[in-house]
Amino acid sequence: MVQGPVILEMRSITKEFPGVRALDNVTMKVHAGEIHAICGENGAGKSTLMKILSGVYPHGTYGGDIVYNGEVVEFSNIKQSEDAGIVIIHQELALIPELSITENIFLGNEVKGRLGIDWDAAHRRAGELLARVGLDENPSEIIKNIGVGKQQLVEIAKALSKDVKLLILDEPTSALNEDDSAHLLDLLRGLRSKGMTSIMISHKLNEIEAVADSITIIRDGRSVETLDVTAGEVNEDRIIRGMVGRSLESRFPDHTPNIGEKFFEVHDWTVEHPLVPGRLVCKGSDFFVRRGEIVGFAGIMGAGRTELARSIFGRSYGRYLQGTIKINGEEVSLHTVQQAIDAKIAYVPEDRKALGLNLLDNIEDTMVSAGLKKISRRTVIDGDAAHAAAEQYRKSLNVKAPSVEMGVAKLSGGNQQKVLLAKWMFPEPDLLILDEPTRGIDVGAKYEIYGLVQRLADEGKGVVVISSELPELLGLADRIYTIFEGTITGVLNRGDADQESLMRLMTGSGGSAEAKAS
Amino acid sequence: MTSYLKQVFGGGVRQFGMVIALVVLTLYFQVKTGGKVLTPTNAQNIINGNSYILILAIGMVLVIIAGHIDLSVGSVAAAVGIIVAIAMRDWNIPWWVGILLGLVVGLVIGAWQGTWVAYVGIPGFITTLAGMLIFRGLNQLIGKNNSVPVPDSFQKIGSGYLPEWGPSTGLNNSTLLLGLIAIAWVLWSAFRQISKSKDLDATTPAPVIITRAVLISAVIAYLTYLFGSGRSGTSFPISGCILVFLVLVYSFVANRTITGRHVYAVGGNRSAAALSGVNIKHVNFFVMANMSMLAALAGMVFVARSTSSGPSDGVGWELDAIAAVFIGGAAVSGGVGTVLGSVIGGLVMAVLNNGLALQGVGSDWTQIIKGLVLLLAVAFDVYNKVQGRPSIIGTLLRGKSRREASLEAAEDSASVPVSAGETAAKG
Repeated sequence: MVQGPVILEMRSITKEFPGVRALDNVTMKVHAGEIHAICGENGAGKSTLMKILSGVYPHGTYGGDIVYNGEVVEFSNIKQSEDAGIVIIHQELALIPELSITENIFLGNEVKGRLGIDWDAAHRRAGELLARVGLDENPSEIIKNIGVGKQQLVEIAKALSKDVKLLILDEPTSALNEDDSAHLLDLLRGLRSKGMTSIMISHKLNEIEAVADSITIIRDGRSVETLDVTAGEVNEDRIIRGMVGRSLESRFPDHTPNIGEKFFEVHDWTVEHPLVPGRLVCKGSDFFVRRGEIVGFAGIMGAGRTELARSIFGRSYGRYLQGTIKINGEEVSLHTVQQAIDAKIAYVPEDRKALGLNLLDNIEDTMVSAGLKKISRRTVIDGDAAHAAAEQYRKSLNVKAPSVEMGVAKLSGGNQQKVLLAKWMFPEPDLLILDEPTRGIDVGAKYEIYGLVQRLADEGKGVVVISSELPELLGLADRIYTIFEGTITGVLNRGDADQESLMRLMTGSGGSAEAKAS
Repeated sequence: MTSYLKQVFGGGVRQFGMVIALVVLTLYFQVKTGGKVLTPTNAQNIINGNSYILILAIGMVLVIIAGHIDLSVGSVAAAVGIIVAIAMRDWNIPWWVGILLGLVVGLVIGAWQGTWVAYVGIPGFITTLAGMLIFRGLNQLIGKNNSVPVPDSFQKIGSGYLPEWGPSTGLNNSTLLLGLIAIAWVLWSAFRQISKSKDLDATTPAPVIITRAVLISAVIAYLTYLFGSGRSGTSFPISGCILVFLVLVYSFVANRTITGRHVYAVGGNRSAAALSGVNIKHVNFFVMANMSMLAALAGMVFVARSTSSGPSDGVGWELDAIAAVFIGGAAVSGGVGTVLGSVIGGLVMAVLNNGLALQGVGSDWTQIIKGLVLLLAVAFDVYNKVQGRPSIIGTLLRGKSRREASLEAAEDSASVPVSAGETAAKG
């Protein structure tokens, strides 16, 4: 394919957040009329880069230059980048559910008539735009009445209405089913044939391989390489090697696992999305946990790991369709969180502030909050017992706070995570599910939490660790399940797993033989 | 010295805004009116004339902590008042059966509103806005827009006093006994706290605990004298006794029981509470049902004081109760507030009303001043980046309360209560 002129060049882009260098000297070139993919692990810096390009992070908050159509541009907000023809479509759709397709397309960009908004013209233009994206819907249809796949097309129509030259799509297919995804990719190809330039961020390597002309790989905030797909020689393995090519440092405490018998089993676990009927977030999942075992769950964001964990934890997510849970060989039915807690299961959520902590509480109240029955008689809480228990955890978990009366809002992320772990250790569960237990905490605290996870396993508990960081799973877990789009695609023992084999299973490109071996 | 004072008072003078406001306000009016405020009769009047609002504030603070609001309390109080008055008149039932009947009717109304809020998912604002109309109408329907008198025996709960007995001590002996029990309890708690702090990690030094106990005892002794030295036949009012009893019970429920902890958890972070095994529907049902039951009690106390139940009883009470709760340091976004703080907030309003009335200020200016006080009290909280300042008296009684310590910690990050509230709203 003959490459067009360079439409966009990002030169030596550097972006720092307090304490973290998110992007370090990232460089990429996009040619006119191509589909350019950006690949990288969770947290590699892909989204940050696109936010800089679209003006979400204004000029002056980052280092380096953006050259667009041969000129250095300095965007200080999204409006300016949109005026220049750069439109970003975020992973979470930015449509207003109660408004019509037309109203959404022209929101903030209304078609003005002589007297207020000219709705006739707006509907007519919306109809033309919908035809361009191949969406057969009445422009006055309300957004919430059409499916997610069609909503994504409305987003693209909205972008086209702004006379877009460079379209950026952040994980455009992550919420779509296969048919809708295929349709979207066709649409991108169609736009390309009419000269549109697109940048696409995706975790789905098969899709990237199918539509991209060139690929920039970002790893740990650095641009590693740019692959030319049209020149051939690029396949999923090649992309994966670029994404994970880093060495495993020894940042895990030494640990000899002492694994006992199987005690927790899940069969054929199937759960529907709470808001989107027909969309399955867990599809017939089977897995088990043994005593003293650390079991990892790997998957890209949105693959269904959290959904699986929370639906097992007292059906606190989604709509249960079918499946069974056995504890010590006996089938149990866990309809509420309290029943799950009583069955000795604990779930430590990934989003500490939104789901884990009451930020108005202090350390003591938080630590005992999941096990109030343990320290109360006839619903009257024994304050001394609460205090003593919290003090004990503060010391044994090395929470850095002067006293248990300190508010949890004031603690660092690592210490908040320890308090949250203590909260869920307090009811003395047999199975702990830890969802991203080290997200956003520093290396020292990570090491302590790894040690704690191992200690819990040594006490004979089963520990499930959900993590987006593959090195963490490889260093910690005795066995690793991989999930892709709600399906468990494989299970690897510690010795057999490496980042590339996991990444292959996580992105749905693993061999079918391997998938069935689970 | 400053740090010592801080320790005695728990968390810096700022924490004591409301108690200091109450004391300063009382002394100001005392001087301005030439000593008319702190007389036995006037003090008794303040309690008798405001106890029903303070009873409402106790229920309202739980509703607000859980993240709701109840606009129907005045109408519920009026509906219960007329039902009880007519039942006593027509069926000739004794006063105590009347009270029981009122509480049961209150609970039934509460179960009605709690069901809509908790199990149907109608916001408390809407449910109780409807309740405000429904139960006002019910009051006028049952009472046929007339006033119905209540018997003398029933009037005791609104305007009665503790009896006089035993040898002449110069004070009312019942009041004296109550005061002595209260002082003994304060001193005993202080000693228990000191002996316990030897086992656990001492957070408050012994001299601080002793100073605090002595201060509180002095205040109680003065109040005992004030209420007990009135004209013969008066004492600490019975409605005041009901109020003190409710404050003790509900403070205990809020701080020391699983139910109470769950109310704070739901208001603080609904999603986190749900993932901790809290049954959110039960909590919502409890706070709404409890509120209506207390509204029933408040209605009966008011009817007893005004000797009859009328069609416009309880108009605007909800606003007084809500104002008391917010002046007392609760947060609009939920999760923060104390029973005692709300009662003190209510007392600030009561003293303001009383003082202005004694000075001959009309209701026009009184309303303007009360509105400004509410606005300024909450603005003070917002300005200090804390969306709630729990009770100060609670601090004096129990040492630094657990919630308060955590609030101090949250002071630095203004966004904290807000973001928690947003989370709750989403969940």
